[in-house]
Amino acid sequence: MLTRRELLQVAVAAAPLLVGFGNVTRALARQRLGQEDILRFEPLGQVTILHITDIHAQLVPLYFREPSVNIGVGEAAGRPPHLTGRDFLAHFGLEAGSPEAYMLTSEDFDALARAYGKVGGLDRIATLVEAVRAERGEDRVLLLDGGDTWQGSWTALRTRGEDMVRAMNLLRPDAMTAHWEFTYGAERVEELIGMLEFPFLAQNVRDTDWEEPVFDGVAYFERGGVKVAVIGQAFPYTPVANPRWMIPQWSFGIREEELQALVREAREQEGAELVVLLSHNGFDVDHKLASRVEGIDVILTGHTHDAMPRPMKVGNTLLVATGSHGKFVSRLDLRVEGGRVVDYAYKLMPVLADAIVPHPEMAKTVTELRAPYAAELSEVVGETEITLYRRGNFNGTMDDVILAALLERREAEIALSPGFRWGASLPSGAPIDREFVYTHTAMTYPQVYRIEMTGAQLKTVMEDVADNLFNPDPYYQQGGDMVRVGGMGYRIDPTAPMGRRIIDMTLLATGEPVDPDRKYVVAGWASVNPDVEGPPVWELVLDYIRDRRVLGGEKVSRVELVRG
Amino acid sequence: MQTRIGRRRLLFGTGGVVAGLGLAGLAGGSARADAAAVEAKIKEIVGDRTVQEGRITLDAPEIAENGNTVPVSVSVDSPMTADDHVQRVHVFADGNPRPDVCTFHFTPKNGEAWASTRIRLAKTQKVYALAEMSDGSVYLTSREVKVTIGGCGG
Repeated sequence: MLTRRELLQVAVAAAPLLVGFGNVTRALARQRLGQEDILRFEPLGQVTILHITDIHAQLVPLYFREPSVNIGVGEAAGRPPHLTGRDFLAHFGLEAGSPEAYMLTSEDFDALARAYGKVGGLDRIATLVEAVRAERGEDRVLLLDGGDTWQGSWTALRTRGEDMVRAMNLLRPDAMTAHWEFTYGAERVEELIGMLEFPFLAQNVRDTDWEEPVFDGVAYFERGGVKVAVIGQAFPYTPVANPRWMIPQWSFGIREEELQALVREAREQEGAELVVLLSHNGFDVDHKLASRVEGIDVILTGHTHDAMPRPMKVGNTLLVATGSHGKFVSRLDLRVEGGRVVDYAYKLMPVLADAIVPHPEMAKTVTELRAPYAAELSEVVGETEITLYRRGNFNGTMDDVILAALLERREAEIALSPGFRWGASLPSGAPIDREFVYTHTAMTYPQVYRIEMTGAQLKTVMEDVADNLFNPDPYYQQGGDMVRVGGMGYRIDPTAPMGRRIIDMTLLATGEPVDPDRKYVVAGWASVNPDVEGPPVWELVLDYIRDRRVLGGEKVSRVELVRG
Repeated sequence: MQTRIGRRRLLFGTGGVVAGLGLAGLAGGSARADAAAVEAKIKEIVGDRTVQEGRITLDAPEIAENGNTVPVSVSVDSPMTADDHVQRVHVFADGNPRPDVCTFHFTPKNGEAWASTRIRLAKTQKVYALAEMSDGSVYLTSREVKVTIGGCGG
């Protein structure tokens, strides 16, 4: 009889020979890791925290490839989560080809995707959550959602976030915080919060007139006899990274001092013995914050979509990183004595869709929510010969598809596409349906603009975005990846100061250097300015793929990394 | 669940404008100030006194949401007695057309040395706050405020 490890090696070896996604590989995945293996956990202490974050409205399973480039700068250089591929595996002692390697790195992605299948799905998450609640008792479990929950799918966009609110009400988190939620505009956010059956927390949002809190900052719970304070921290740079005109009365920021005051109040006046920050700051921001704000026991990080198999300890604070797109559920058991965490146990539970039985009620709800859109979502528009993905510091293969569509359909010389960290992946050979394209484009300001910019202006934009990613002080980082550029190549030195990172900008069509004084026709989308006119980006991308039918890798970009 | 904005709107209507204190005009030549211009201004005020660190806190966002109206507040650790109080706090910016932004004047009757206003920042730059104490000592602090084009957040 084959051991598990041998089975897996067979799977990897056989993968290139398999066409499509037959039952053989699926059966193998089931043998490899079962629901019981995923849930297995030696319970500890009084309190169990379950964390989900950055689901990006993905109700059903998908593929998601972790980045192969994820550069850390300054103190974060080479520190997890800024490790990829084999370095990541080596650091955490993981085996190549294992389920962990599939879930946490981009190594052998296509082969492992065939062996292990899709990830996520809210019905699978519901199964895990229900199992932990049953095992531990509801009175010991806190389920917390780090936000970016209402945006990222066609159904979320069409229902203006409502499908996710309904599904999440069924999952019953104890609290959530937010970022992309705000891109439905202030009025809609308030409506959706009105439908929520749990608190929406954001200590760091103030109204622009009076600097007064807009939302509740903290909620208190008693779990396992421990009084727990959960503080919500929305994405601090929402009005900078996303359209401010949609939330004109709301001001954000990290608001470290207000947070410190709230932590003190929770401990000293409210008697909290455990303080949890449900954060959408981004991992590096939270790492710095943990070293400066006292009294936080656990930070549930989000926003930057990092996943780590172990928490990181900064001072007395544990940092948890749960990934994105419903790929993981974190479980953190805590023993609290005298207002301190004295012991903990942790597991990053992989949501391997083929290994987990869907939760019947959630599955039914998801099907109902998707039913009005099911036909359009499943329409196949083409297929891909290469792995399609977005996530990574620089152009992904799906970004190049979007850029190629912008260049062609808007007759532009240069195209720009935002370095969002959301959007599904596809292994080579897979059909492309409309739903996949929407996971990369479904948002409330999708208009494709066409403007003239000088070479100097382009350089300013690129330097600005590069500094948002590579500023050595995390408090100046916004947590997106580098803007994707088509039609123009460039070289970048992330360690250089702002204004000197981007070099050798070249117009790919001619091979000539980009002239600072010449005007170029530029197409792009997701402008944060109001009143942008143009077709929604998904239309252009869908038309482009329909025309080609088969995607073999668009040659529209060139990015070279240099180390100064 | 309800947001808290409904209650606030009820109480305050759509809100007014926070009055700025002693805002110096931002008009002037088109030339940008720079660190040297700020240094010259500070030298002008300080003379041959020694500039110290500490006691003064400058609060400003790391990244401005809107460069046209950046909330900035200053506070100085001082008992604010007749013998020992803050007299003035000057605010400078090294990337605006003129380096001097505003001066807050205090007396012991203020009770505490704290002030808040909104300033316009033309681009990413350093904002400085200089406190002059009644005993003649001076304290300086600074903070970088990034004014970014925006977009592209993850």
